[in-house]
Amino acid sequence: MRISLSWIRDLVDIAHDQTGRDVAERLINAGLEVETVDTVGAGLIGPIVVGKVVQIEELTEFKKPIRWCQVDTGEGQPRGIICGARNFVEGDLVVVAPPGTTLPGDFTISARETYGHTSDGMICSERELGLGDDHGGIIVLPPATAEPGADATSILGVGDEVLDIAITPDRGYALSARGIAREVAIAYDLSFQDLVDRPETLPAPADDRAPAHCASDDLEACPLFTLRTITGIDPQAPTPQWMKNRLRDSGMRSVSLAVDITNYVMVELGQPLHAFDLGALQGTVRVDRAKPGETLETIDHVRRELTSDDLTIRDDRGPIGLAGTMGGLETEIGDDTVNVALEAAFFAPDIVARMGRRHRLTSEASRRFERGIDRALAPVASARATELLVELAGGTYQGMTAVEAPMSDRAITLAQDLPAQVAGMDIGAATTKGKLEAIGCTVEAKDETFTVTPPTWRPDLTDPADLVEEVVRLVGYANLPSTLPTAPAGHGLTHAQRLRRRIGTLLAARGMSEVLSYPFTSDAESDALRWSDDDPRRTSPSLANPLSDEQPKLRSAIVPTLLAAAQRNIGRGFDDLALFEMGSVFLGSAGSPNPPRPGVDARPSDDDWAALQELLPQQPMHVAAVWTGKRALKTWHSDGEAFTWADALATALDVADGVGVHLRVESGSDPTFHPGRCARLTLADAVVGHAGELHPGVIEAWGLPARACAVELDISALIAQAPEVQVAPDFSTHPVAKEDIALVVASEVTAADLEQAIRVGAGELLEDVTLFDVYTGDQVPEGHKSLAFALRFRARDHTLSADEIAAARQGAIDAASTLGARLR
Amino acid sequence: MSGPNTEFDPKQVASLDAEAIDAMVASAMVAIEAAGDLDELKAARLAHSGDRSPLALANREIGALPPAAKAEAGKRVGQARGRVKTALEAREEVLVAARDAQVLQAESVDVTLPVQRTPIGGRHPLTTLMERMADVFISMGYDIAEGPEAEAEWANFDALNVPPDHPARTMQDTFYVESPDSGVVLRTQTSPIQIRAMLERELPIYVVAPGRVYRTDELDATHTPVFHQIEGLAVDEGLTMADLKGTLDHLATQMFGEGIVTRLRPSYFPFTEPSAEVDLECFVCRGASVGDPTNSCRTCGSEGWIEWGGCGMVNPRVLQAVGIDTERYRGFAFGMGIERTLMFRNGVTDMRDMVEGDVRFTRAFGVDA
Repeated sequence: MRISLSWIRDLVDIAHDQTGRDVAERLINAGLEVETVDTVGAGLIGPIVVGKVVQIEELTEFKKPIRWCQVDTGEGQPRGIICGARNFVEGDLVVVAPPGTTLPGDFTISARETYGHTSDGMICSERELGLGDDHGGIIVLPPATAEPGADATSILGVGDEVLDIAITPDRGYALSARGIAREVAIAYDLSFQDLVDRPETLPAPADDRAPAHCASDDLEACPLFTLRTITGIDPQAPTPQWMKNRLRDSGMRSVSLAVDITNYVMVELGQPLHAFDLGALQGTVRVDRAKPGETLETIDHVRRELTSDDLTIRDDRGPIGLAGTMGGLETEIGDDTVNVALEAAFFAPDIVARMGRRHRLTSEASRRFERGIDRALAPVASARATELLVELAGGTYQGMTAVEAPMSDRAITLAQDLPAQVAGMDIGAATTKGKLEAIGCTVEAKDETFTVTPPTWRPDLTDPADLVEEVVRLVGYANLPSTLPTAPAGHGLTHAQRLRRRIGTLLAARGMSEVLSYPFTSDAESDALRWSDDDPRRTSPSLANPLSDEQPKLRSAIVPTLLAAAQRNIGRGFDDLALFEMGSVFLGSAGSPNPPRPGVDARPSDDDWAALQELLPQQPMHVAAVWTGKRALKTWHSDGEAFTWADALATALDVADGVGVHLRVESGSDPTFHPGRCARLTLADAVVGHAGELHPGVIEAWGLPARACAVELDISALIAQAPEVQVAPDFSTHPVAKEDIALVVASEVTAADLEQAIRVGAGELLEDVTLFDVYTGDQVPEGHKSLAFALRFRARDHTLSADEIAAARQGAIDAASTLGARLR
Repeated sequence: MSGPNTEFDPKQVASLDAEAIDAMVASAMVAIEAAGDLDELKAARLAHSGDRSPLALANREIGALPPAAKAEAGKRVGQARGRVKTALEAREEVLVAARDAQVLQAESVDVTLPVQRTPIGGRHPLTTLMERMADVFISMGYDIAEGPEAEAEWANFDALNVPPDHPARTMQDTFYVESPDSGVVLRTQTSPIQIRAMLERELPIYVVAPGRVYRTDELDATHTPVFHQIEGLAVDEGLTMADLKGTLDHLATQMFGEGIVTRLRPSYFPFTEPSAEVDLECFVCRGASVGDPTNSCRTCGSEGWIEWGGCGMVNPRVLQAVGIDTERYRGFAFGMGIERTLMFRNGVTDMRDMVEGDVRFTRAFGVDA
């Protein structure tokens, strides 16, 4: 909502020294968010004057038509001015910037040679003067606005300030000069004369013809519909400059006098109006739902398909307008309309909102209706518009027809001390009553309560809490004390929250950088990850309205979105990367064609709440990491070292250690990974992730350096198994016995399997086993490898004898032999 | 070696007279002082303190002296040998120190050479900032509540007093999962966690909920479709707007330091009534840029205040939707943008830096924002 300060001053007697910013400050504190305060014609320095076009000579020898104009600026001798615009004729009043005047944008006018003449000034458009966006041509003032040579700045409202106010959905009344003025008056504690209470000056209806007839067939959706008939208006009558200025400052273009008057009254009072060409109407104008299959071409030249949810204005032919949203093309008033039917009505907010969304259509009217307009305003506003049509366009008022349903009782019972209780400060009952009356409520005291009836323009006031907000905001949020409540003793972080923080810190300490990528992906990326057609990760939900059609799916794994981040870094010249991300992934189906929608008047039943949870996809927390390039860079003393599959695996194992669980490592076959360099990680017999080198196809698809590695781990699964309490270790202080064994096995036997066999065979005296060498070559047969293990033995309660050690060692070797291992 | 002088032998032994002994000591001292390194010192030791050194030989002669002379000669030779020994030790200490210093000198390196370092890592500043903000509330006795990012539309809107077809639904451009009528959205705010907390926890409730939220904005310098908020909710008997203000003042001080000025400005959210926006006084210009074109402020756009978040008293309709007795309990709630907080607090000027995953951005923060 844009409104000029001069308009506000017209309605409220603000002190002269108050600037637009001062008023803005007051309004902001009252809850109207003034976003900007602009000055009309800011940057214009020097005079601009009214000029009368005495003579126009068309210059045709140039590429575009140019006019050589003689303009009387009240100096006796007319000025010769070159002008490229064509929207004026001889005798018109225009606005001239003489040489020496500086226009916004720091453009100083000078007398200059152009198109073969000396142009002694400039005939200006709105945009050139910084008044508005209209660049349809130069400004033509209404006839007899002023004498040539008169100062044009005051005529055009230059120097006025314009407040641009973001109106929240609850304050529909503030989408009007009337509503803003009321707030300004309250903020300055000034008396306020509501425009609506001014005496009507509408003449009695003429009796030469019956007014157009109207009806509402849906009193729920349209409880008030009025239609006034005005005949004999002058379609050529100009809009007065003051009205043009106000419309311009409110962000509206001047169209024609009749349209301008409907827009002006809408901005002034907040009641949208619609003018029909009376001659185009056929029979009674009524309001009703559309019939399935009907269509309507609206004034924006779009033919719209209607449904029974649409509320239409209709006559005998069918729909002629979308109620409260946009009129139909066939009955629109035109350049030659002399008889009009003026509609003013109340339409239900939810119905207008739904229509707007279905037809992707918002208008100045629908913005007001969907917030809720003054339920009683329609006849008052249409009387005001009719007055203006009679006064400015010479029309004759023929009378009004109307239909109205009774208004419901909206009284609210308010405990007198509730505002003070909620605010936590002293607010007396008298203050509460005064503030509520200032916004237009009627307030009756009874015992400890008030019975408050909100005004017709405040449909948002339905509950005691709404009234509390009104009182407290007008007392001033700035006056609230600052106190701290005492919460009961808390619990600190949960186990899972602690572990997630620990994982993040642990990974950063490993030299990895955290990324927070968008969790959007696509089937194409699933293909690039080489997931099979029946891979469950392909079943993640899609968005109905994705940002990009290329990434409509929610991710079921973090690796793909992390690969994109790696790609971006590489593109910026950083090839050696260790990135990680912790976040939600989305698995399985989501939503339902008929989702449950519990009421909101009471707590949902457990079944209802469970049914809502059923709608959601699974959303486990994953951690993933990607490595490219080198872990240690080449330096003066080292050749550097590349990241390998082992970094990925070690990271996974470190995360598990950090959480306090032990992962089983097996040879894996996730298609995203190198088939020979993929570790499958299991915990309690469930696969919780994979780590290793990425498949060359994946590396190529994301344009990464060769041998890039990755890990993806379901940390929700890890955390679920994590011990809440770490039990203290119980260790022996007796001497250790160390034994090394080298075992030759077939190449396909894994280190993990061999180690497991050694652990079982060595028995409970074995404290630890570590693989310290892997050898293939001349010393072992083809197809075999030698794995060397360091074994540590220790007994709980005594020093081991040589026999005990030898037996345990032999046990390990024997067990290994079941895998075909022999001592080297 | 001479045998013990068991028989009286009155013969004087010239080398045991005082002058001769002093000469031996003097000679030893010269040699010791002259030793330039440990090898030379070793030779001097052998010559002047070894078994065949003049003093050692003199010592052996003592036995041959008449008993009356033994004590004096013994004392004289012993003192002489002591002086030599002390001189040797002192010289050795000097020479060892010199040798050690030389060894260390020889081992010196150019410490300005680049050394091999593991590239540093870092946690995302949004993550650590969320933790930091949460910790402020943990210290006040709050718990951290959580909820899913793909959320039931009922919890994201209906239960928060945003009925279908209410203009407030279009205030937040929503991502719908699968279809606009599926009943599932990507949560547009952390507020549905309020609903979960109130359905699942015992009263009184004091929770904060940091998390990721989604709106269909295009990414630019000041907007991102995927961003983070921290939600706060308290439901208890007798809570007031003054309590809300005090809580936010405390958070602001913890985040921005003592002296930060906050402002509550009336606003509208369907789930709070009364509602307010929380503004911070611009801590760059402190309001000096307002209305002064020569002194414009990029941080606050010369408005003097910067919007930090929204808050208010929980609308009783929301309490009703989760079955809380509105006669007995009141609540307050607030929601702050983490990205905005990071921008103000740490001087991030472009939202894109937070989402693109450039390692230079994260590494700069290390493990704490």
